[in-house]
Amino acid sequence: MSKSPTQTIMRSGLGLVRGLGSAKTGASHWLAERATGLALVPLSLWFIYSILSLLGAPRAAVVAWGGHMVNATLLLALVLIMFHHMAMGLQVVMEDYIHSEKRRLVSVLLMKAVVGLFGLAATLAIIKLALVG
Amino acid sequence: MTDVREALFIARTTDGRTVRRPLSPHLQVYKPQMTMALSIMHRITGVALAVGALILACWLVAAASSDAAFDTVSMLLHTWIGKLALLGWTAALWFHFSTGIRHLFWDVGHGFELPQVHASARFVLIATAVLTLATWFVGLLAL
Repeated sequence: MSKSPTQTIMRSGLGLVRGLGSAKTGASHWLAERATGLALVPLSLWFIYSILSLLGAPRAAVVAWGGHMVNATLLLALVLIMFHHMAMGLQVVMEDYIHSEKRRLVSVLLMKAVVGLFGLAATLAIIKLALVG
Repeated sequence: MTDVREALFIARTTDGRTVRRPLSPHLQVYKPQMTMALSIMHRITGVALAVGALILACWLVAAASSDAAFDTVSMLLHTWIGKLALLGWTAALWFHFSTGIRHLFWDVGHGFELPQVHASARFVLIATAVLTLATWFVGLLAL
Protein backbone atom coordinates (compact mmCIF):
# COMPACT_ATOMS: atom_id res chain seq x y z
CA MET A 1 0.00 0.00 0.00
CA SER A 2 1.28 3.43 -0.88
CA LYS A 3 0.65 5.89 1.86
CA SER A 4 -1.35 8.80 0.61
CA PRO A 5 -1.22 12.12 2.44
CA THR A 6 -4.28 12.67 4.61
CA GLN A 7 -5.74 15.80 6.05
CA THR A 8 -8.59 16.23 8.49
CA ILE A 9 -11.29 18.27 6.84
CA MET A 10 -14.73 18.80 8.31
CA ARG A 11 -16.34 19.52 4.94
CA SER A 12 -18.02 16.74 3.00
CA GLY A 13 -16.69 15.56 -0.35
CA LEU A 14 -19.62 17.21 -2.07
CA GLY A 15 -18.99 20.49 -0.27
CA LEU A 16 -15.38 20.45 -1.47
CA VAL A 17 -16.24 20.21 -5.17
CA ARG A 18 -19.35 22.39 -5.20
CA GLY A 19 -18.79 25.67 -7.01
CA LEU A 20 -15.79 24.34 -8.94
CA GLY A 21 -15.75 23.64 -12.64
CA SER A 22 -18.13 25.01 -15.21
CA ALA A 23 -20.91 27.52 -14.75
CA LYS A 24 -23.20 24.46 -14.60
CA THR A 25 -25.38 25.49 -17.52
CA GLY A 26 -23.22 23.71 -20.10
CA ALA A 27 -25.40 20.62 -20.41
CA SER A 28 -28.59 22.52 -21.22
CA HIS A 29 -26.71 24.73 -23.71
CA TRP A 30 -25.23 21.64 -25.36
CA LEU A 31 -28.59 19.88 -25.46
CA ALA A 32 -30.42 22.95 -26.81
CA GLU A 33 -27.84 23.22 -29.61
CA ARG A 34 -28.54 19.61 -30.61
CA ALA A 35 -32.32 19.93 -30.31
CA THR A 36 -32.42 23.09 -32.43
CA GLY A 37 -29.98 21.52 -34.90
CA LEU A 38 -32.24 18.49 -35.25
CA ALA A 39 -35.29 20.71 -35.82
CA LEU A 40 -33.36 22.66 -38.46
CA VAL A 41 -32.78 19.52 -40.57
CA PRO A 42 -36.36 19.34 -41.98
CA LEU A 43 -36.88 23.12 -41.72
CA SER A 44 -33.83 23.92 -43.85
CA LEU A 45 -34.87 21.35 -46.45
CA TRP A 46 -38.27 23.07 -46.65
CA PHE A 47 -36.54 26.46 -46.78
CA ILE A 48 -34.28 25.48 -49.70
CA TYR A 49 -37.31 24.11 -51.54
CA SER A 50 -39.25 27.35 -50.86
CA ILE A 51 -36.42 29.63 -51.95
CA LEU A 52 -35.98 27.64 -55.17
CA SER A 53 -39.71 28.00 -55.91
CA LEU A 54 -39.51 31.78 -55.26
CA LEU A 55 -36.38 32.45 -57.38
CA GLY A 56 -36.82 35.54 -59.52
CA ALA A 57 -40.36 36.04 -58.24
CA PRO A 58 -41.67 39.60 -57.84
CA ARG A 59 -42.49 40.93 -54.37
CA ALA A 60 -46.19 40.19 -54.85
CA ALA A 61 -45.43 36.47 -55.19
CA VAL A 62 -43.26 36.50 -52.05
CA VAL A 63 -46.03 38.34 -50.15
CA ALA A 64 -48.63 35.81 -51.35
CA TRP A 65 -46.31 32.95 -50.32
CA GLY A 66 -45.76 34.50 -46.87
CA GLY A 67 -49.51 35.07 -46.53
CA HIS A 68 -50.11 31.33 -46.61
CA MET A 69 -50.53 30.12 -43.03
CA VAL A 70 -48.46 26.94 -43.44
CA ASN A 71 -45.57 28.91 -44.95
CA ALA A 72 -45.81 31.59 -42.26
CA THR A 73 -45.80 28.97 -39.49
CA LEU A 74 -42.80 27.10 -40.90
CA LEU A 75 -40.97 30.35 -41.63
CA LEU A 76 -41.56 31.51 -38.06
CA ALA A 77 -40.32 28.16 -36.73
CA LEU A 78 -37.27 28.35 -39.00
CA VAL A 79 -36.33 31.90 -37.99
CA LEU A 80 -36.89 31.45 -34.25
CA ILE A 81 -35.03 28.12 -34.05
CA MET A 82 -32.27 29.19 -36.43
CA PHE A 83 -31.56 32.45 -34.58
CA HIS A 84 -31.52 30.58 -31.26
CA HIS A 85 -29.15 27.91 -32.69
CA MET A 86 -26.97 30.62 -34.19
CA ALA A 87 -26.70 32.68 -30.98
CA MET A 88 -25.66 29.56 -29.05
CA GLY A 89 -23.13 28.52 -31.70
CA LEU A 90 -21.58 31.97 -32.01
CA GLN A 91 -21.38 32.19 -28.21
CA VAL A 92 -19.37 28.96 -28.03
CA VAL A 93 -17.03 30.15 -30.80
CA MET A 94 -16.47 33.46 -28.97
CA GLU A 95 -15.95 31.74 -25.62
CA ASP A 96 -13.34 29.45 -27.19
CA TYR A 97 -11.28 32.07 -28.97
CA ILE A 98 -11.63 35.32 -27.01
CA HIS A 99 -9.42 34.91 -23.96
CA SER A 100 -9.80 38.31 -22.28
CA GLU A 101 -12.80 38.07 -19.97
CA LYS A 102 -13.87 41.67 -20.58
CA ARG A 103 -13.71 41.41 -24.37
CA ARG A 104 -15.43 38.03 -24.30
CA LEU A 105 -18.33 39.36 -22.21
CA VAL A 106 -18.74 42.46 -24.40
CA SER A 107 -18.56 40.39 -27.61
CA VAL A 108 -21.13 37.83 -26.47
CA LEU A 109 -23.56 40.48 -25.26
CA LEU A 110 -23.13 42.52 -28.46
CA MET A 111 -23.61 39.41 -30.62
CA LYS A 112 -26.77 38.49 -28.68
CA ALA A 113 -28.11 42.02 -29.18
CA VAL A 114 -27.50 41.91 -32.95
CA VAL A 115 -28.84 38.37 -33.38
CA GLY A 116 -31.82 39.18 -31.13
CA LEU A 117 -32.74 42.38 -32.98
CA PHE A 118 -32.41 40.81 -36.44
CA GLY A 119 -34.42 37.82 -35.22
CA LEU A 120 -37.16 40.08 -33.86
CA ALA A 121 -37.24 42.11 -37.09
CA ALA A 122 -37.53 38.92 -39.17
CA THR A 123 -40.27 37.62 -36.86
CA LEU A 124 -42.22 40.86 -37.16
CA ALA A 125 -41.81 40.77 -40.96
CA ILE A 126 -43.20 37.21 -41.10
CA ILE A 127 -46.17 38.17 -38.93
CA LYS A 128 -46.84 41.22 -41.11
CA LEU A 129 -46.67 39.08 -44.27
CA ALA A 130 -49.05 36.56 -42.70
CA LEU A 131 -51.60 38.99 -41.33
CA VAL A 132 -51.37 42.17 -43.41
CA GLY A 133 -49.64 41.16 -46.67
CA MET B 1 16.33 19.70 -22.87
CA THR B 2 15.76 18.13 -26.26
CA ASP B 3 12.95 20.35 -27.41
CA VAL B 4 11.99 23.96 -26.73
CA ARG B 5 8.54 22.76 -25.77
CA GLU B 6 10.09 21.02 -22.75
CA ALA B 7 10.12 24.45 -21.10
CA LEU B 8 6.36 24.35 -21.03
CA PHE B 9 6.24 20.96 -19.33
CA ILE B 10 6.58 22.41 -15.86
CA ALA B 11 3.50 22.14 -13.68
CA ARG B 12 2.75 22.12 -9.97
CA THR B 13 1.11 19.45 -7.91
CA THR B 14 -1.58 20.34 -5.39
CA ASP B 15 1.02 20.50 -2.60
CA GLY B 16 3.16 22.92 -4.58
CA ARG B 17 5.98 20.67 -5.82
CA THR B 18 7.06 21.28 -9.41
CA VAL B 19 6.76 18.28 -11.71
CA ARG B 20 7.54 17.59 -15.33
CA ARG B 21 4.14 16.94 -16.83
CA PRO B 22 3.38 16.64 -20.55
CA LEU B 23 0.83 18.98 -22.11
CA SER B 24 -1.51 17.87 -24.81
CA PRO B 25 0.16 18.43 -28.19
CA HIS B 26 -0.48 21.78 -29.82
CA LEU B 27 -2.17 22.08 -33.21
CA GLN B 28 1.08 22.63 -35.15
CA VAL B 29 2.46 19.29 -33.92
CA TYR B 30 -0.24 17.33 -35.73
CA LYS B 31 -0.13 16.24 -39.33
CA PRO B 32 -3.13 17.90 -41.04
CA GLN B 33 -6.00 15.45 -41.15
CA MET B 34 -9.43 15.31 -42.76
CA THR B 35 -11.11 15.07 -39.34
CA MET B 36 -9.60 18.32 -38.05
CA ALA B 37 -10.31 20.10 -41.34
CA LEU B 38 -13.99 19.14 -41.19
CA SER B 39 -14.20 20.11 -37.53
CA ILE B 40 -12.96 23.67 -38.10
CA MET B 41 -14.98 23.95 -41.31
CA HIS B 42 -18.14 23.12 -39.35
CA ARG B 43 -17.43 26.19 -37.21
CA ILE B 44 -16.43 28.42 -40.11
CA THR B 45 -19.54 27.51 -42.12
CA GLY B 46 -21.66 28.07 -39.00
CA VAL B 47 -20.32 31.61 -38.65
CA ALA B 48 -20.78 32.24 -42.40
CA LEU B 49 -24.37 30.98 -42.18
CA ALA B 50 -25.02 33.35 -39.28
CA VAL B 51 -24.12 36.24 -41.60
CA GLY B 52 -26.44 34.70 -44.21
CA ALA B 53 -29.24 34.52 -41.64
CA LEU B 54 -28.91 38.28 -41.06
CA ILE B 55 -29.28 38.80 -44.82
CA LEU B 56 -32.33 36.52 -44.78
CA ALA B 57 -33.81 38.75 -42.06
CA CYS B 58 -33.16 41.79 -44.30
CA TRP B 59 -34.85 40.05 -47.22
CA LEU B 60 -37.93 39.21 -45.09
CA VAL B 61 -38.15 42.76 -43.72
CA ALA B 62 -37.83 44.15 -47.25
CA ALA B 63 -40.56 41.79 -48.52
CA ALA B 64 -42.84 42.93 -45.70
CA SER B 65 -42.04 46.62 -46.23
CA SER B 66 -42.24 47.97 -49.78
CA ASP B 67 -41.56 47.27 -53.46
CA ALA B 68 -38.63 49.71 -53.34
CA ALA B 69 -37.00 47.96 -50.36
CA PHE B 70 -37.54 44.52 -51.91
CA ASP B 71 -36.09 45.66 -55.25
CA THR B 72 -33.02 47.07 -53.50
CA VAL B 73 -32.31 43.78 -51.67
CA SER B 74 -33.01 41.79 -54.88
CA MET B 75 -30.68 44.05 -56.84
CA LEU B 76 -27.88 43.62 -54.28
CA LEU B 77 -28.31 39.83 -54.29
CA HIS B 78 -28.17 39.84 -58.10
CA THR B 79 -24.78 41.57 -58.30
CA TRP B 80 -21.85 39.22 -58.90
CA ILE B 81 -20.75 39.61 -55.28
CA GLY B 82 -24.30 38.80 -54.17
CA LYS B 83 -24.42 35.72 -56.39
CA LEU B 84 -21.00 34.58 -55.18
CA ALA B 85 -22.17 35.00 -51.57
CA LEU B 86 -25.35 33.04 -52.31
CA LEU B 87 -23.27 30.24 -53.87
CA GLY B 88 -21.02 30.28 -50.81
CA TRP B 89 -24.01 30.18 -48.46
CA THR B 90 -25.55 27.29 -50.41
CA ALA B 91 -22.34 25.28 -50.04
CA ALA B 92 -21.96 26.35 -46.39
CA LEU B 93 -25.54 25.36 -45.66
CA TRP B 94 -25.20 21.88 -47.18
CA PHE B 95 -21.84 21.36 -45.50
CA HIS B 96 -23.07 22.46 -42.06
CA PHE B 97 -26.26 20.46 -42.63
CA SER B 98 -24.24 17.30 -43.43
CA THR B 99 -21.64 17.68 -40.69
CA GLY B 100 -24.46 18.62 -38.29
CA ILE B 101 -26.20 15.30 -38.99
CA ARG B 102 -22.81 13.58 -38.56
CA HIS B 103 -22.50 15.25 -35.15
CA LEU B 104 -26.01 14.12 -34.18
CA PHE B 105 -25.04 10.51 -35.01
CA TRP B 106 -21.94 10.88 -32.82
CA ASP B 107 -24.07 12.37 -30.04
CA VAL B 108 -26.17 9.21 -29.88
CA GLY B 109 -23.00 7.09 -29.92
CA HIS B 110 -22.73 5.97 -33.54
CA GLY B 111 -19.81 6.12 -35.96
CA PHE B 112 -16.91 6.71 -33.57
CA GLU B 113 -14.53 4.13 -35.09
CA LEU B 114 -11.77 5.75 -37.14
CA PRO B 115 -12.70 4.03 -40.45
CA GLN B 116 -16.33 5.12 -39.92
CA VAL B 117 -15.20 8.67 -39.10
CA HIS B 118 -13.19 8.81 -42.33
CA ALA B 119 -16.05 7.30 -44.33
CA SER B 120 -18.56 9.82 -42.95
CA ALA B 121 -16.09 12.66 -43.65
CA ARG B 122 -15.84 11.60 -47.30
CA PHE B 123 -19.62 11.23 -47.43
CA VAL B 124 -20.05 14.78 -46.07
CA LEU B 125 -17.73 16.22 -48.74
CA ILE B 126 -19.46 14.33 -51.55
CA ALA B 127 -22.94 15.22 -50.22
CA THR B 128 -21.98 18.91 -49.99
CA ALA B 129 -20.70 18.98 -53.58
CA VAL B 130 -23.66 17.05 -55.02
CA LEU B 131 -26.34 18.97 -53.09
CA THR B 132 -24.77 22.37 -53.84
CA LEU B 133 -24.55 21.60 -57.57
CA ALA B 134 -28.07 20.13 -57.58
CA THR B 135 -29.51 23.19 -55.79
CA TRP B 136 -27.91 25.59 -58.26
CA PHE B 137 -28.84 23.40 -61.23
CA VAL B 138 -32.51 23.42 -60.16
CA GLY B 139 -32.29 27.13 -59.35
CA LEU B 140 -30.81 28.08 -62.71
CA LEU B 141 -33.42 25.92 -64.50
CA ALA B 142 -36.22 27.65 -62.55
CA LEU B 143 -35.02 31.13 -63.53
